Amino acid sequence: MNRLSGYFFQRQKLVTLLLLSLPMIYMLVVYLGSLVSLLINSFYYLEEFTGLVVKEFTLGTYAQLLKPTNLGIFRRTAGMALAVTVMDAIIAFPLAYYIAKFASPRLRTYLYIAVTLPLWSSYLVRVYAWKLILSKEGIVSWFVDLFHMNFALDWVLSIPGVGGSSLSLSPLGMFIAFCYIWLPYMIVPIQTALERVPRSLIEASSDLGATPSQTFRNVILPLAFPGVVAGSIFTFSLTMGDFIVPQSLGTSRFFIGQAVYSYQGTAGNIPLAAAFTMGPVVIMIVYLLIARKLGAFDAL
Amino acid sequence: MTKPAIRFEKVSRHFGDVIAVDAVDLEIQDGEFFSMLGPSGSGKTTCLRMIAGFDRPTLGQIFLYGQEVSSLPPFERDVNTVFQDYALFPHMTVGDNIAYGLMIKKVAKPERMKCVDDMLDLVQLKGYADRKPSQLSGGQRQRVALARALINHPKVLLLDEPLGALDLKLRQQMQVELKSIQKRVGITFIFVTHDQEEALTMSDRMAVFNQGRIEQVGTPSEVYEKPATSFVAGFVGTSNLISGDVAKRITGSDKTFSIRPEKIYLGSRSDAPSEKMYSANGTVRDVIYLGLYTRYLVNLDDGGDLVVIEQNLKTTSMDVLKTRDQKVCLSWDKEHISRVGG
Repeated sequence: MNRLSGYFFQRQKLVTLLLLSLPMIYMLVVYLGSLVSLLINSFYYLEEFTGLVVKEFTLGTYAQLLKPTNLGIFRRTAGMALAVTVMDAIIAFPLAYYIAKFASPRLRTYLYIAVTLPLWSSYLVRVYAWKLILSKEGIVSWFVDLFHMNFALDWVLSIPGVGGSSLSLSPLGMFIAFCYIWLPYMIVPIQTALERVPRSLIEASSDLGATPSQTFRNVILPLAFPGVVAGSIFTFSLTMGDFIVPQSLGTSRFFIGQAVYSYQGTAGNIPLAAAFTMGPVVIMIVYLLIARKLGAFDAL
Repeated sequence: MTKPAIRFEKVSRHFGDVIAVDAVDLEIQDGEFFSMLGPSGSGKTTCLRMIAGFDRPTLGQIFLYGQEVSSLPPFERDVNTVFQDYALFPHMTVGDNIAYGLMIKKVAKPERMKCVDDMLDLVQLKGYADRKPSQLSGGQRQRVALARALINHPKVLLLDEPLGALDLKLRQQMQVELKSIQKRVGITFIFVTHDQEEALTMSDRMAVFNQGRIEQVGTPSEVYEKPATSFVAGFVGTSNLISGDVAKRITGSDKTFSIRPEKIYLGSRSDAPSEKMYSANGTVRDVIYLGLYTRYLVNLDDGGDLVVIEQNLKTTSMDVLKTRDQKVCLSWDKEHISRVGG
């Protein structure tokens, strides 16, 4: 046993190799492999008469993505992802700021648990809970009714592109559910970023004459920005790929996740599903490039 | 006479049951290089933070040039700080860091740039304005922090153990430089340190802190030569403390006194000590040869130990090691003892 330990101690590279081999095999084969297979499949096409996938290179499948209905799906999904991200950032920042800078260590632990608690329960259950909350006979309608605010709800629901027949069957309802479901993923990175800002930086800023709001603008916000970007990567990409929420709460209009789900399922159009999937990948790459350009990763 | 730069009136700071600063009275004069020396937890940093405004006194008042400031927030005080960890803004360049105070004051950009250049000149960092703090060495960050704190021309500059993270060579170099910068800008510097040598070399005056109280305030030579308390005698340099019966046999009084090891003359018993000297017989127990000087541990015949330091003017290591176990007579000038209380 000792001799074996000695053997490994003198061969650090071998140890590294042994440690990394399993995750590396997983990364290469399962993770990157499936992505590559996705990419390859997106260049095949479905023969419409036989319903079989033809394994020949073509850009035709991507051309299908440019059809107005499909472009609409992309626009709708990206718009929703952006709206959810902005809203989550607005809600999460003050909360994360309080947890990171003001809460006592004890309270911080409780708040941290409270933030992550929803993640312990099934995602499906939470989505269906929102369906009930937002439905016509649900708790929201009940409250609106209680305060005689039906006219306001009706007015909101009558706005095209936002409203629908009821909250649970409208883009607005989807938006609310998305914001709720991804919120922890925004709070945690922002909180971590804020916790890493040393107190002496805040003191130095006020020492040099900055009022608290100036300190916030010039020191705290720029240093927390990478956290916001990290959180937004989660909220943005998770919203883009999701198909449960649009299916349970939305209108009949498709989102990317639903499109992928339906094309690879009964339709058997794996190439088109694959091409659809490449859409969010490209959007995310562009998103990260913009974030880098904005200097989001400078303070890392 | 001008008003003192800083005046503490019975200032206390309590953290729950802990009394960090206990009814401190203190005056720091305009243009002084003043050090606050003490072990960690002695209240010196808390005092500094109360001057800066990061902390408020529980009791008492603090005056800045006659104006009561203890309830003012940091951004309304004409005082700037050099932080222990430098606290440079990592997302800004060196130039933007230094210009921060002026940017907050909404000074126009061209003027700001000029001031930054002057400051970079002062701290000898010309041409570094476009770098990020992460690209600088510890000593350079230190200078940037200094420049950033000085650009507003504060009435008082506070330095919180600013040299603590530097290695010995750099620290000694920065000590000289800080002192010369202080002379040039003429601003009152208040310097917190736990390093007694640093306090002795740099200060015009210094205060020795212990357990939330000031044990002694004075010039470095006063504090070193005439320590007021046994704590000061032990903390500032090394010192022999003699009390009780032994003290009575040597000096005729049983009051505790301190004597610095380098002030003691190590002689043979046949030498007759002069009238102006105190003397005591003893045996050399231990000899440590340290190149520049030799340290002897001498057991007194009357009880107790004394540390004696002698420079190796003529002696070599072979000579000094021979003195082990020899019977000797220690003597020192009567003026060099210092009666200490407590």
